Amino acid sequence: MKSMKPWLPLILTAACAAWFLSTLYPPSDTGFAFNEFAKLPLVFNGRLKPMDSLARNSLLEIREKQTLNTEPWKDWDQNPKIISANEWLIHVMMNPAVADAWPVFRVDNSDLITLLKLPEGNPAQQQDGKHYSWNQIAPSFDLINKENERIQKIESVERSAYERAVVKVFERLMLYEQLKNTLQPQDVPDWKQELADYEALIPAGIASIHAQQAGQKFDQAIFNAFAGNVQLFDEMSQFDAPLVVPPQNSSGNWQRVGTILLNATKGEKISPAIFAYATMADAFKKGDPAAFNAALADYRSSLVPDFSPAMHKARAEVFFNQMQPFYAALVIYVLAGLLAVCSWFNLSETLRRSAVWLVGLAFVIHTTGLIYRMVLEGRPPVTNLYSSAIFIGWGAVVLGLVLEKIHRNGIGAVAAAGMGFITLVIAQNLAVDGDTMEMMRAVLDTNFWLATHVVAVTTGYASTFVAGFLALIYILRGVFTKTLDEATGKSLARMVYGIVCFATLFSFVGTVLGGIWADQSWGRFWGWDPKENGALIIVLWNALILHLRWGGMIRDRGLIVCAIFGNVVTSWSWFGVNMLGIGLHSYGFTDAAFKWLMLFVMSQLGFIILGLLPARMWRSFSARI
Amino acid sequence: MRTLVDRLIKIFISLRLTVVLLAFAILLVFIGTLAQVDEGLYNAQARYFRQWIIFGFDLFGHNIPLLLPGGYLIGTMLLLNLVAAHLYRFQLSTKKIGIQLVHSGVILLLVGQLATDMLAHESQIRFVEGETKSYAESMRNYELAFTSDSGTDGEEIVAIAGHQLMNGGDIQNTNLPFTIHVKTFWKNSESSFRAPMMKNEPPLTSNGVASSFDFSLAAETKNPDEKNVPTALIEIIGKNGSLGDWVVSGWTSDDEMVDALRQTYMQQLGAQMTQKIIGQLTQPQSIEANGKKFTFALRPERVYYPFSLELLKATHTVYEGTEIPKDFRSRVQLRNSQTGENREVEISMNHPLRYAGLTFYQYQMDAGQAARQAGRLSSSTLQVVHNPSWLTPYVGCALVALGLVTQFMFHLVGFLSKRRMK
Repeated sequence: MKSMKPWLPLILTAACAAWFLSTLYPPSDTGFAFNEFAKLPLVFNGRLKPMDSLARNSLLEIREKQTLNTEPWKDWDQNPKIISANEWLIHVMMNPAVADAWPVFRVDNSDLITLLKLPEGNPAQQQDGKHYSWNQIAPSFDLINKENERIQKIESVERSAYERAVVKVFERLMLYEQLKNTLQPQDVPDWKQELADYEALIPAGIASIHAQQAGQKFDQAIFNAFAGNVQLFDEMSQFDAPLVVPPQNSSGNWQRVGTILLNATKGEKISPAIFAYATMADAFKKGDPAAFNAALADYRSSLVPDFSPAMHKARAEVFFNQMQPFYAALVIYVLAGLLAVCSWFNLSETLRRSAVWLVGLAFVIHTTGLIYRMVLEGRPPVTNLYSSAIFIGWGAVVLGLVLEKIHRNGIGAVAAAGMGFITLVIAQNLAVDGDTMEMMRAVLDTNFWLATHVVAVTTGYASTFVAGFLALIYILRGVFTKTLDEATGKSLARMVYGIVCFATLFSFVGTVLGGIWADQSWGRFWGWDPKENGALIIVLWNALILHLRWGGMIRDRGLIVCAIFGNVVTSWSWFGVNMLGIGLHSYGFTDAAFKWLMLFVMSQLGFIILGLLPARMWRSFSARI
Repeated sequence: MRTLVDRLIKIFISLRLTVVLLAFAILLVFIGTLAQVDEGLYNAQARYFRQWIIFGFDLFGHNIPLLLPGGYLIGTMLLLNLVAAHLYRFQLSTKKIGIQLVHSGVILLLVGQLATDMLAHESQIRFVEGETKSYAESMRNYELAFTSDSGTDGEEIVAIAGHQLMNGGDIQNTNLPFTIHVKTFWKNSESSFRAPMMKNEPPLTSNGVASSFDFSLAAETKNPDEKNVPTALIEIIGKNGSLGDWVVSGWTSDDEMVDALRQTYMQQLGAQMTQKIIGQLTQPQSIEANGKKFTFALRPERVYYPFSLELLKATHTVYEGTEIPKDFRSRVQLRNSQTGENREVEISMNHPLRYAGLTFYQYQMDAGQAARQAGRLSSSTLQVVHNPSWLTPYVGCALVALGLVTQFMFHLVGFLSKRRMK
């Protein structure tokens, strides 16, 4: 057994790396080439993306998950049927009659469930009480629409939980309809035939309309059929569906199917892409994989060479979606953190080294994801709340690893693993809003300031959190265990002090750079915007800690307690001010986020009280007195 | 006496004072942020930050009747504390150089912010494509301007600041051959068209715009995105008696508000009717006194420049297939007859024009598809800022950052070498 020890870190790391690599490629297609379809490019929400991202982001928005459980009333041991986001999207777009019956809309609010007369959870009736199908909700569409119209007049911060739920379900239904109207008008029984008929009808149809307008004789049947088509496509184009039709040359604009079909009445050519998708849909509905795959291959080859860069970008994004680097890193951080905590108790150097190695592996995956995202977006690391969580985690892991390198006592490793884990969990929850790579609004569209101000401020957040996390370790180990000996205590306090210095530097520079950005873009260095104020409070708090320490007003334990309050201050600036719903940086607000923030603040205040307990009540100190 | 001075000095140089001030600053910033939810950004700033002493404050919807130092007091005390500490403890040693740099940077930031607060001036230029303007307008303040033909060299303008009207009573000006008697002044008001064949209240006066429009008092707005539009009922009294009651209002002579009304009427009544109504609304009002014609209007306060700007093109781009704004951009012709300049400049988000001690920022824009569909000409609004101390934060920030880096490097190097010795 003893001879195994030196190998343990290597074996564990290799095992985790192997697990990560094994998830990189999806199981290959059998039958329909869903994986290939997922790589087709399109434009939605202002950016080029693959079908795969449209599928995953839409499902996240509608169902808050990246996969679809079509039998949610079953327990996990009953093997409910799970299908991928891509399979779901293809059904929605090409065979909605099937997709409309899947329980895909998540509804949590009980008032709303009552209003819509939705069934309660009851496995016997195949209901779980949380997920409902289009067919179940659609009858109440008018009711939802009316409620939504009323609620839109209320300021978003003043809406009740029920009202927010109405808006949410309304938006989800709208998105679902957009998807249904992406490739063909919704609920058309035989689209391929209908499209062919329409194309054949166009010349006669236009002639009949001209004749009707000029008061001449015209064929009423042709006129009616044509007018019916026009009305259908007009309705279809109202939905702001994704833009799936590539431009005629690589410099033009992507277009909606509905727009092109409408423009055909003016004599414009119908893009071959629409026929290609119609052929795929026909084959898909008839359950003919060979025909589907052939049509798909034809369409893909028609995109070469004009759209090779677009297809390349789409493929790269599909790979990134599949890789899920932040999820893999999260799992490995947990494992590493557990090992490192164990190493404190049995003082095993092997365990500590294993933990450090695993943190290193998770960090490499985390970094890969971060850089991959930056390259995909062509942006600096932080562009929204989601990416700020990923970057704060990344910065904290760097700091933790540096501390571990210097002190070699397992504390830096726990801080790195803990912060990496927590921030990535936060990121996973923020991703529910849909596309995490959305486009930047005009004033934010500047890589220079995103790369300087935002990076510096988030580094300031990261370091303040690391100081706070180390302080938590100090208190937990000091109060509840005997492992906080004098040397460990001193070294922890020194770490906290060093990190607070570092945090002061970055939060100050970041905050002032924000002021300079504001001065550059609207001539006001400081505007007392809530987010600015939040950042200012972090700077002031860190400066306050340093002055207290320099003036000898606090010592090790005081420093530790102050550093924990730094967690409160930073979480206020990071999330709290966004919940006020005012100012330039307000990104909206969720009940869940507010609840978690409150819980976090309460827990930190609890730790501060623990930290203020007299030394004799600390297990580590009482032994020494 | 000496001991008292000593004691005072001791207080002013003490770190304890710094700590107390920082703690108050944190509390104040927190309260001032929360207050914005109910009171709006502008009012919260005035109540907490641009203030010496705060008598009672609101926290989570409860009024707390406590005294609190305001932003000005905390800033000044911090400044005194820093300067005193520097004077008293100043040592030129390499070990302390970092701290010295940081503190001088903070001093510069505090002084700069105070200077900005007192000296900076913000206004706006709003123009449609093809329009030339040689003045900027205040966003908040109005003035009652009397324009008369001065014969050879154009117009003569006498402007009375809005706050003078607010006080009511009689206003006289040596350049005006009449007295202005303010009968009513509403800081915020509403206006509506007196539709014919409808039951209307009698008009405020039968002269000018009031004969076809009603004006009424409105609650003051606290939303920083909305503005208060004043209306006043004045009587102009010449040497030979009254020249009549007149209504002057921001609704008739503030282009932004006129446009807002135009849009509302457009939706309700269509283009033709709207044009007629807006024509009546903006019809200039004038009186004759001493054989001279005076045109008058309550308009946004103006600052005239010795140069002019013409809006050549306003471009508003959005992301493909969405309404998410991607870019706002104004091409402007800059003409200055004094210097002979006549050049084209481009102003966009994050790329302001700095000229003649002023900075012109791209602010709002009404261009592109949205404007075309509503039948409006493309227009652009520039924010004009005059801030002589705009450079101080840049220098201050650089000093603090440099100081912090120096200081922490000392710490780090010391710490690491100590470890190596062990």
